[in-house]
Amino acid sequence: MNIIEARGLGKRYGGSWALHECTLAIPAGHVVALVGPNGAGKTTLLNIAVGLSVPSAGAVTVIGGRPAGSPAALDAIAFVAQDTPLYKNLSVADLLRLTRNLNRGFDGEYANARLGELGIPRDRKAGDLSGGQQTQVALTLALARHPKLLVLDEPMAMLDPLARHDFMAAVMTAVADDGVSVVLSSHVLAELERVADYLVLLSSGSVQVAGEVEDLLASHRVLTGPASEADSCAERLNVVHARRGEAQAHLLVRINGATDALPHGWDSHQVSLEELTLAYLRAPGTAALPGPTRTATAVASEVAQ
Amino acid sequence: MTTHTMPAPPNLSTSLRPLPWRRMGWVTWRQHRVALAGVGAVFGAAAVYLVVTGLPMHSAYAAVTACRPASSGACQQVAQNFVATYQHLVLVTAGLMQAIPVLIGAFVGAPLLAREFEAGTFRYAWTQGFRRTRWTIAKLALLAIVIAIAAAAFGALFSWYVQPVIGAGGGNSGPLSPTIFDLRGVALPAWTLAAFAIGALAGILIRRVIPAMFATIVVWVALAFLTGAYLRPHYEAPLVTHAANSPAGALVINQGLLRDGKPASLDMINQTLRAVDLQALTPTLFHPTGPSTLPNSEDPVQYLIQHGYTQVTTYQPASRFWTFQWIEGAWLLALSLLVLGTTIWRVRRAT
Repeated sequence: MNIIEARGLGKRYGGSWALHECTLAIPAGHVVALVGPNGAGKTTLLNIAVGLSVPSAGAVTVIGGRPAGSPAALDAIAFVAQDTPLYKNLSVADLLRLTRNLNRGFDGEYANARLGELGIPRDRKAGDLSGGQQTQVALTLALARHPKLLVLDEPMAMLDPLARHDFMAAVMTAVADDGVSVVLSSHVLAELERVADYLVLLSSGSVQVAGEVEDLLASHRVLTGPASEADSCAERLNVVHARRGEAQAHLLVRINGATDALPHGWDSHQVSLEELTLAYLRAPGTAALPGPTRTATAVASEVAQ
Repeated sequence: MTTHTMPAPPNLSTSLRPLPWRRMGWVTWRQHRVALAGVGAVFGAAAVYLVVTGLPMHSAYAAVTACRPASSGACQQVAQNFVATYQHLVLVTAGLMQAIPVLIGAFVGAPLLAREFEAGTFRYAWTQGFRRTRWTIAKLALLAIVIAIAAAAFGALFSWYVQPVIGAGGGNSGPLSPTIFDLRGVALPAWTLAAFAIGALAGILIRRVIPAMFATIVVWVALAFLTGAYLRPHYEAPLVTHAANSPAGALVINQGLLRDGKPASLDMINQTLRAVDLQALTPTLFHPTGPSTLPNSEDPVQYLIQHGYTQVTTYQPASRFWTFQWIEGAWLLALSLLVLGTTIWRVRRAT
């Protein structure tokens, strides 16, 4: 089952495409990091997936084929939007009651227990809570619906490091307890690196990289060798990004299992998720996509420079 | 012919019946109770004012109706005193209360959706299991019904309040006069509903609270003005009379003078009036050019009638009050439903 599936998705605002020809299939049961620079289309993609926006082209289904925005989809997705908008003049208790009235299954016991653990007073108005507490309240409202898919758009923007840690811990607990699939967006990969096991990299409106973190890390290497051999080496390999110094060159390459032999005199290192992401962001022409749509276009232009 | 029944395929939409409407009752109350309290406060304060100033007026009017014989000079004087004392007060009061519907439109209708956009909370509200179209329909319907009922009750009180002045037959205070007509009967709830609907649509189109409030006020005031000035006098073909005095309580649309069956020109009128040192600025507005020699109890029109002119009055009789109420109520209700429908359609397609 795919938790989000997009085919030829496009969204146009005025004359420019915020998303264009975006095709994506995210399997269920992952914590998905949706990463990309500002303006890459992350919020647009998430808004379409949760049914807030209607695409200009293509279609999205969620949770195994439910059209985005349909009653069945709304029922099973919980969304915490950017800046966690809450009704500031309502008390926490009223927000719980509001969410219970607006949803089919709302676990009030769970919500109360969680707020109790966090020490958030139920009679306090949402507007009087700290940014971190507001985010936790929004997350509680979302989790108490026991969704199949939890979508979080830049959830940690308002949080200090400690609150970020608590927030991610809460999400991971829900994943462990409920088996909920999670999609988190951020332009700061570092805050997702420890928790995400699936990466989707968006850049200027389309998907550049998508895959399980483990597979991505296994299929990429940093090769270090003499700068003079860099060009000949690059011709044979899918180079994502090349960084060369006076004597040594560092090539981040995508390897094809056994078929790619390591050139003599070169060292191979494991790559970190951050290195990998940055390399792809610096090379917008390259892509690493799963399955039949795998397009190993390690464009030589980057190397030829 | 055999009938073949197929088992319905297990389908998500059958297992997911929409959440019951009644859940929106608490939601709407909790989120709009301040606005509704404001509506209650405005109507309540206005109602107290009507009762406090209306009670002395009613007892004064009781003296007018009790006076016998009614056609005697003394009784005429009592009636004239009553109109002189209270007509102005009633017209000023009615003028002020014209603002109530549009205030409700601006303070309840406009923020309904605009605030969701301004605060970003539509991203919460529209991603819950209660679908956004139903969420919008429930809120609009509940608030519209409450507001219309409050307005209808207030309209009934206002009818009681103005009844003496209408009964006494003061010149500008017939049941069809612009500031009185729309505060009574079905017109007041209809105008209030229209203001609310315009506010809601302005809210989804503009998505900012203050600009949406201003837009609501501008659009509603323009609509109310155009209706009173141009539309309402023509709900039915007006009547014409050649009588010197237009019928009691009628809404006069137009007055002119005829001489020998043709409209009298201003020059012609002025020629006649020169004898009494008067000048006509229009066929109904006169200006003394010297110490007037017109007998005291006579007005210039009477003088002209005595000198061979005929006054032609186009008017709507007071007896058409309820017909006009239903006409105005019906088209305003249709307009409000259209505007609310457009609002819901915009919500469906928003962002």
